[in-house]
Amino acid sequence: MKKTSIALLTGLLSLTAQADNIAVVGGYVHTLSEQGSVNNATVLIRDGRIEAIGEGIEIPAHFRVIDAKGKIVTPGLMGAYTSVGLVEVGSSAGTVDASYKPQDFSKAGAALDVSYAINPDNSVVDVTRIEGFTLAATGMSSTHTLFGGQGAIISLGDDDNLVKAKAFMTVSVSNAGADDAGGSRAALWPQIENAIAEAQSLKGRALGPKDEWHGQLSKMDVNALIPVVTGKMLLVVDARRVSDIRQVLAFKARHPKINLALLRATEGWRIAGEIAEARVPVILDPEPNLPYAFDMLGSTMANAGRLDAAGVQVSIGVDTHNLRLATQHAGNAVANGLPWQDGLAALTINTAKLFGIDKDYGSLEKGKVADLVIWSGDPLEVMHAPEQVLIKGQPIKVESRQTKLRDRYLTLERDTPHQYMRP
Amino acid sequence: MTKQQQTGRLLLATLTMAVLAACGQKAEKEASAPLVEINKDPYPSTYQALPSPATLITNVSILDGLGGQIDKGSVLFQDGKIVAVGSDVDAPQDAIVIDGKGKWLTPGIIDAHSHLGVYATPDGPSHSDGNEMTKPVTAQVWAEHSIWPQDPGFRRALAGGVTALQILPGSANLVGGRSVTVKNLPGRTIQDMKFPDAPYGLKMACGENPKRVYGNKGGPATRMGNVAGYRQAWSDAQDYQRKWDKYTQEHKAGKNPTPPKRDLTLDTLAGVLNGEILVHMHCYRADDMGTMLDLMKEFDYKITSFQHAVEAYKIADRLADDQVCSAMWADWWGFKMEAYDGIRENIPMVHKAGACAIVHSDSDLGIQRLNQEAAKALGDGQRAGIDISKAVAWQWLSANPAKSLGIFDKTGSLEVGKNADLVLWSADPFSSYAQAERVYIDGGLAFDRQRPDSWPVSDFELGQPGEGDVK
Repeated sequence: MKKTSIALLTGLLSLTAQADNIAVVGGYVHTLSEQGSVNNATVLIRDGRIEAIGEGIEIPAHFRVIDAKGKIVTPGLMGAYTSVGLVEVGSSAGTVDASYKPQDFSKAGAALDVSYAINPDNSVVDVTRIEGFTLAATGMSSTHTLFGGQGAIISLGDDDNLVKAKAFMTVSVSNAGADDAGGSRAALWPQIENAIAEAQSLKGRALGPKDEWHGQLSKMDVNALIPVVTGKMLLVVDARRVSDIRQVLAFKARHPKINLALLRATEGWRIAGEIAEARVPVILDPEPNLPYAFDMLGSTMANAGRLDAAGVQVSIGVDTHNLRLATQHAGNAVANGLPWQDGLAALTINTAKLFGIDKDYGSLEKGKVADLVIWSGDPLEVMHAPEQVLIKGQPIKVESRQTKLRDRYLTLERDTPHQYMRP
Repeated sequence: MTKQQQTGRLLLATLTMAVLAACGQKAEKEASAPLVEINKDPYPSTYQALPSPATLITNVSILDGLGGQIDKGSVLFQDGKIVAVGSDVDAPQDAIVIDGKGKWLTPGIIDAHSHLGVYATPDGPSHSDGNEMTKPVTAQVWAEHSIWPQDPGFRRALAGGVTALQILPGSANLVGGRSVTVKNLPGRTIQDMKFPDAPYGLKMACGENPKRVYGNKGGPATRMGNVAGYRQAWSDAQDYQRKWDKYTQEHKAGKNPTPPKRDLTLDTLAGVLNGEILVHMHCYRADDMGTMLDLMKEFDYKITSFQHAVEAYKIADRLADDQVCSAMWADWWGFKMEAYDGIRENIPMVHKAGACAIVHSDSDLGIQRLNQEAAKALGDGQRAGIDISKAVAWQWLSANPAKSLGIFDKTGSLEVGKNADLVLWSADPFSSYAQAERVYIDGGLAFDRQRPDSWPVSDFELGQPGEGDVK
């Protein structure tokens, strides 16, 4: 038995070692690095990482050449706020790992950890990656607790999906957060401050089973908040109206160690300078431009462009089943004032920086993981699409259950029932 | 009070006017009472178009909405109607001339599926007026009696090039109630927006929603329960129709029949059986739609469109045979089981089978860029080898929805004599970056992107953060 596993393991290792080295040749490459955009460039990929990018680079022997002439090449895109891998069908179809009904062990929700729940066979993964997304920040979507739990960064590649566990903690200070906290921001913020104070009181040392504890939070919740108060885990704060965003900025000023990002920041454009000055990045969906609630009155599709112009780092890519539409969302932000390059950055390098994985991801640079997309044209244009997607240097199969359904029914007249036809 | 007395009183009330009118000549013997007829338009349109001076848009790329494209063409319109379309159009001297260089001109977008006004923003119970979730068959309710014309969503849709839309009740019920087609010009009451002479629609729903809502409220709890519910409703409507037919015939024969008691639910259902009201049915799964195709034959009525029709691609040939339209999203999927098999090529695959394809929104965001929804579907179709041009694809946005709403004789294409409902786009509208620059409804300039001070602002947004901002 043991022998078999070792043999298997060796097999896998050698398989990885034998993976093709690849040269992507002739594309218009947007590196999202200091190198900028390079036309007619060659991207060399060795052992799953980028070795070199430039015009006229010699292609070493045994590199497989992928012709990208006339195509656009970008880094793999990254979902900024999703539940990819955690939900198959949202409503009335069984367990949804992105939702939680509060239990005693974690009334505050901080202890929830999605890294245990991620399912690489989730159909959303294939559907999303064939559209150019190679990474996603994934977390809980519905908890009705003070904190929304710990999210993770996942790769949408074929194996080793977990890139970073415990990557971020979420909290809402919008209407939804106030409602869950008893119906008022007056109740919400003291609970947040108390939770932070309790976590700070541990001075970095997690409570053990025998430790005495008199805090309001459960032991599991307060332990989970230690990396938040020490700044090791990003705190993503959903805030929409100006006064809430200002509360978040004041919170950051009170707790300078905490590393935080704003989610949505619907009226952020009204105080874009203040957000920029506080160096707080923003994750947003540019599309909702209606006053869905009284804390979203100033919503506009111009938000992304205005924040960006003020110097705020913006990330786009908020959805799960249709995360793939974030390219269209970015395109619409561009139509409403966001510079095109910044639209692409909002789908790649900005998000990688935000979650602290930019050493390996987010741009096409020597040494980084070769997550790369070859597009039929402008990726932010609705009529264009990826032609090839490479994750960790390997082309993925451009296939999902949706493409199979399409291929099954492309011809309706058949001699045998459609179920006999397997594309 | 007995039922008969009740009926008598109602009848008395109904006839008071007629009796008063006839008061002068005192009846000597028991004359036949005046024929009781049901007013089919008790909430008539009070729509008034904006001024429509002679306007020539020239040197522009035209998609005529019928599948034709004219490069460097011109369109002339005046007094609400399209006067000329072509490569070489003469305009009156006083016409406003707009150089459309680099721009595109199309028929206005018509959204066959909206809940603007019945689920207005801000969200919340106060504005939740779209689903009469009190019993499974509520054909008696009319969406127009719920619509809040101050919903900011109407103005957003206008900026997206939407000139007309159908507003439907929600999909909680087997029979949800009447829909209404409106022009997207702001009004003080919904009657100000009603599309003159547009037929009524009836919203019905298949599948998961009704059984989820009523499963613990007396049923239906299953799909078979749903179907039993529709069948009973149609059977009741047939009975009602026969009673009224009998009454009318007896009256014509000089008898003095008692009119049947009016039933608002059955009025609407009978209106479908009479062919006056068009059925728009929310169905996702192919098998659900297949059952509905038989249901409509069993009770001899027509389903004009399936709404959402996420699996229409699986039975597109049969939809073509039975001439039922499918109003679809480009790419929504997975939010419930019956949406699990959604694919990006649904719209072009339905089109390819020769069936009527419509791009719809069912969303206050999607309605703002239906052109992009069509563009995505077109691109995905082309990549799957389905050869459709942009000009042909524009039918999904104007001609086909207009046909499904029974207003294609008035709008939905750029043809001489039709309403001048059109959009001047800043660029090729099959692009993420194109924006509706000018939107004309009946020849009146309803939206002009270049002049922010002219944009309509709903009462709700006056005096609020972001009033009159770019949205």
